[in-house]
Amino acid sequence: MTVPEQATTTPEPLLTVSGLVKHFPIKKGLLQRQTGAVQAVDGLDFDVRPGETLGVVGESGCGKSTMGRLITRLLEPTSGKIEFEGKDITHLGTAAMRPMRRDVQMIFQDPYSSLNPRHTVGAIVGAPFRLQGVTPEGGIKAEVQRLLALVGLNPEHYNRYPHEFSGGQRQRIGIARALALKPKLVVADEPVSALDVSIQAQVVNLLDDLQDELGLTYVIIAHDLSVIRHVSDRIAVMYLGKIVELADRRALYETPMHPYTTALLSAVPVPDPRRRARRERILLKGDVPSPISPPSGCRFHTRCWKATEVCKREEPPLVALATGHQVACHHPENAPGQAPGQVAGPVRSATKKTES
Amino acid sequence: MTDIDKPATAAVGEVAEAGSPAPTAFLEVRDLRVHFPTDDGLVKSVDGLSFRLEKGKTLGIVGESGSGKSVTSLGIMGLHTAGQYGRRKARISGEIWLNGQELLGADPDEVRKLRGREMSMIFQDPLSALHPYYTIGRQITEAYQVHHEVAKEVARKRAVEMLDRVGIPQPDKRVDSYPHEFSGGMRQRAMIAMSLVNNPELLIADEPTTALDVTVQAQILDLIRDLQKEFGSAVIVITHDLGVVAELADDLLVMYAGRCVERGPAEKVFYEPQHPYTWGLLGSMPRIDRDQTDRLIPVKGSPPSLINVPSGCAFHPRCPYADVPEGGITRTERPELRGVPGGGGHFSACHMAQEDRTRIWTEEIAPKL
Repeated sequence: MTVPEQATTTPEPLLTVSGLVKHFPIKKGLLQRQTGAVQAVDGLDFDVRPGETLGVVGESGCGKSTMGRLITRLLEPTSGKIEFEGKDITHLGTAAMRPMRRDVQMIFQDPYSSLNPRHTVGAIVGAPFRLQGVTPEGGIKAEVQRLLALVGLNPEHYNRYPHEFSGGQRQRIGIARALALKPKLVVADEPVSALDVSIQAQVVNLLDDLQDELGLTYVIIAHDLSVIRHVSDRIAVMYLGKIVELADRRALYETPMHPYTTALLSAVPVPDPRRRARRERILLKGDVPSPISPPSGCRFHTRCWKATEVCKREEPPLVALATGHQVACHHPENAPGQAPGQVAGPVRSATKKTES
Repeated sequence: MTDIDKPATAAVGEVAEAGSPAPTAFLEVRDLRVHFPTDDGLVKSVDGLSFRLEKGKTLGIVGESGSGKSVTSLGIMGLHTAGQYGRRKARISGEIWLNGQELLGADPDEVRKLRGREMSMIFQDPLSALHPYYTIGRQITEAYQVHHEVAKEVARKRAVEMLDRVGIPQPDKRVDSYPHEFSGGMRQRAMIAMSLVNNPELLIADEPTTALDVTVQAQILDLIRDLQKEFGSAVIVITHDLGVVAELADDLLVMYAGRCVERGPAEKVFYEPQHPYTWGLLGSMPRIDRDQTDRLIPVKGSPPSLINVPSGCAFHPRCPYADVPEGGITRTERPELRGVPGGGGHFSACHMAQEDRTRIWTEEIAPKL
């Protein structure tokens, strides 16, 4: 249980991730020899501060969901380190992990497949108490009913089954379950993307209220940049298994520094027909390369309009600028007097080079 | 085609009532109703929808799941009655006029000749809309050869040409690929190539970018816009994303529970929306273009069942202003689609008086958005 030295300014992060890697092996043939690996997550460094919401955004295949499953320890990391409240939880076994599970909970994307159709709502929301052997004050039933009321459901629906609820209500059940054990950190993987617009807003507001009320810390993973802007305090942008930019919400949306972030933001359709004519859109060429053999150097160089020789050769480390903005790019945008040489220092450990 | 009891009020707006002579507009839908008999009762997916669309214009149909937007598009394409679904067969009534020809009463063989040639469709999920067993090229040439008596080589050349046009690299090689060898964005491009191979005059895009990543979505939206300019077709874009329609649409139609609640030029609907449901949609959406610290303003409750659509205005149980009109009229009487004064083709189906609507929008809603 070593407390690591922090290069960041905020003391005592709730969760610290350094050099986190997850490679899924690809096996072939009779002997099931490993012939390659899907480099889903390839060296992440970030921390989550108590009480904040960290948004993680990226396109499909960028490794954001894998990241969520790694920090909740639903997947075993290949290498790297995950610390929760200063405790190294990277390779804890199932039994050793169990007490930690009270503090780290997850909200899933699909409200249909994440609830057991044969269990009543009472059984689903009460399951965490039974698994952890906790008897809340007043008994499990009373506590479950309190939780149902907390997330805006009727406590009398205790005995109903998931199919009797709409998508938005099911998502509320999932949230009630996640909150049952009063967790410190809630990881939500696309919590609203399966919901209709009007329902989506209800759930976003609910997450907001619960954070204020219970002092929760969120890691919210989503592909929708508008939702992320609304809910997050800080935002990490991922591309092909790496964080390319991490900054405060305002800084990220108003002065994005990584060309990928700029392109991503410019691609989002804005519900404002008058802006259609005057907006400038950066169209990226082609598709995201395969994470089985990611490009050398900067992984974005194959699609980047600013790419030069150095981008093909050298991988830019994620560096923190004086403003607290972290970016991994050789030629950042919006960087007057903030050329890569004038950085405040590397984020933490030096980012490792990609294997060629 | 089955006749359905028509209620006394028909929401028409500037579109002529059913039974009137052929319209001059390129596409005119009059009082379209699509009902599905089920064991639980009659599902009124579309219940009296009217609109018109000219060539070279784009109509955006917006609504939540179950509001009837996709059923409308399948209805126009004549796909509800095309298959052998036995008792699940849809009951359709109303009129659909395409280029001076009425489609609902027409011979199915006639409609088949139009489908794919005069009107075609882009579906949401390209992986399930493309046949996994055949190459992309074969599927495109098939669509072409159904309507043109040409040799295989000619059709293949045409397929390569179309793949090139939609921006697929090395089209002469990729024409022989299978759908699984394409990425999501490429598949959607291939499907667009397939739907445009016969130069259709009406293109219906049903959630064309919902399954795609945002950078790819931007590419596809640009492609649809460019192709429309080039071919001058009429386009209907069906989506739940107000951002997508703001990018593409000239006119907007907002659907709720199988009916149109608001229709008009996109500018009007976005900047002077008249229906509380449209306000709700605008208030529910987190915005990427501004730093919003306030809470979102969601619509309370959830969309109604289409078997038991609420009486009166279908939106009244969720409407915060349901009691503004006096005498509980919102609960008893279904509001008609009426022109907004000075609106220039802007229609709304709401019982509230014009002054109330303007006041609520400018004083209560707009400042919070």
